[in-house]
Amino acid sequence: MTRRSVAVEAYKEGVPALSASLVGGLLAGVVLGGMRSDLQTIDGLLVLVPALLATRGNVYGSLGARIATALHQGLLEPRVSEADDALLRAVAAAISNGLLASVFAAVVATLALLSLGRPSAGLFTFAAISIVAGLLSGIALATTVVFVVFAGYRRGYNPDTLVGPLVTTAGDVFGMAALLLAVRVVILLGGG
Amino acid sequence: MATTDWTVRAITRAMLPVLLVLTVIEIGSGLVLGTFEGDLLRYPSLLILVPVTIGTAGNLGSILAARLSTAFHLGTLSFAPDDDMLAGNALATVALALTVFPIIGVGAWGLAVVTGGARLTAGTVVLVAVSSGAILAVLAVVVTAIATYAAYRRGLDPDDVVIPVVTNTCDVLGVVVLFAVVRIVIG
Repeated sequence: MTRRSVAVEAYKEGVPALSASLVGGLLAGVVLGGMRSDLQTIDGLLVLVPALLATRGNVYGSLGARIATALHQGLLEPRVSEADDALLRAVAAAISNGLLASVFAAVVATLALLSLGRPSAGLFTFAAISIVAGLLSGIALATTVVFVVFAGYRRGYNPDTLVGPLVTTAGDVFGMAALLLAVRVVILLGGG
Repeated sequence: MATTDWTVRAITRAMLPVLLVLTVIEIGSGLVLGTFEGDLLRYPSLLILVPVTIGTAGNLGSILAARLSTAFHLGTLSFAPDDDMLAGNALATVALALTVFPIIGVGAWGLAVVTGGARLTAGTVVLVAVSSGAILAVLAVVVTAIATYAAYRRGLDPDDVVIPVVTNTCDVLGVVVLFAVVRIVIG
């Protein structure tokens, strides 16, 4: 292949994934924009945002890739009604790893802000927000990934190419929405 | 790997160490974000730009990494700077960034207008988005080429390591570049 044909093919292949992440990213941005007062109420909250969003992408991207591979190998039936224990264990592993990483992010953020002498809402508030956000987004994302990848596979789409854009878009939107809800719940309960 | 191997313990053992390292890196990018929180709160269109810039930068890297990984497995990639596979993909990455980031800029500005008022002009927001995107595309190419080459030299499967490393590195670079561009354009 010539350089030009490589570039044209790569460009065409990249457009759908980037369009999906563009829509998801802008929606997430609108949610973040709506959180300006929360960001002022909870000192240091912004420091947590990239870590929490990335965790969603990493954990549920890996869940999706795992399911896609199993579908390709015929190890998994693409029907939720026939979901076996293995699928439930994979989902449970994803949600618990997402929670562990989120709480870890709260600890690292607290330590980093403390050592830099920057204002921080404190470990308890950060951990509470991380746990609630991790649970809410985890349930939403695991459900979305399983249902959409199954449905896509039954309709003849390659689950491998479906997972990337799906997780980026849904991860950004559900990740930010869950964070907003978690922050509001924690503020309501007297944190921050 | 049969699905009987899908236990919480096995999946956690494979995933958690990498996840924790990436979390530390992402907190680093959060700290950079924290240093210009004042600007972000003052200009809502810039705050809207944050997740989409991070996400798009990470995606540019991960798309390129996946393609280079596949080319590497197929034996169609050499790491010479004039390699057609490498150069063609690099070119496509820059072209994709120059297609998407103007839309991101207009979108962020428009959404800020709709949701509570933009204090920057459309031109300024588009300038911030496109400059960040162009710089990020070049960085994504460099990071991905280095990571794929490093994986190849150490005998690792690029599929396992390169994509998460590149995606998260590009996330962090997304914040750093946005910060630098905002400092230069807004002052």
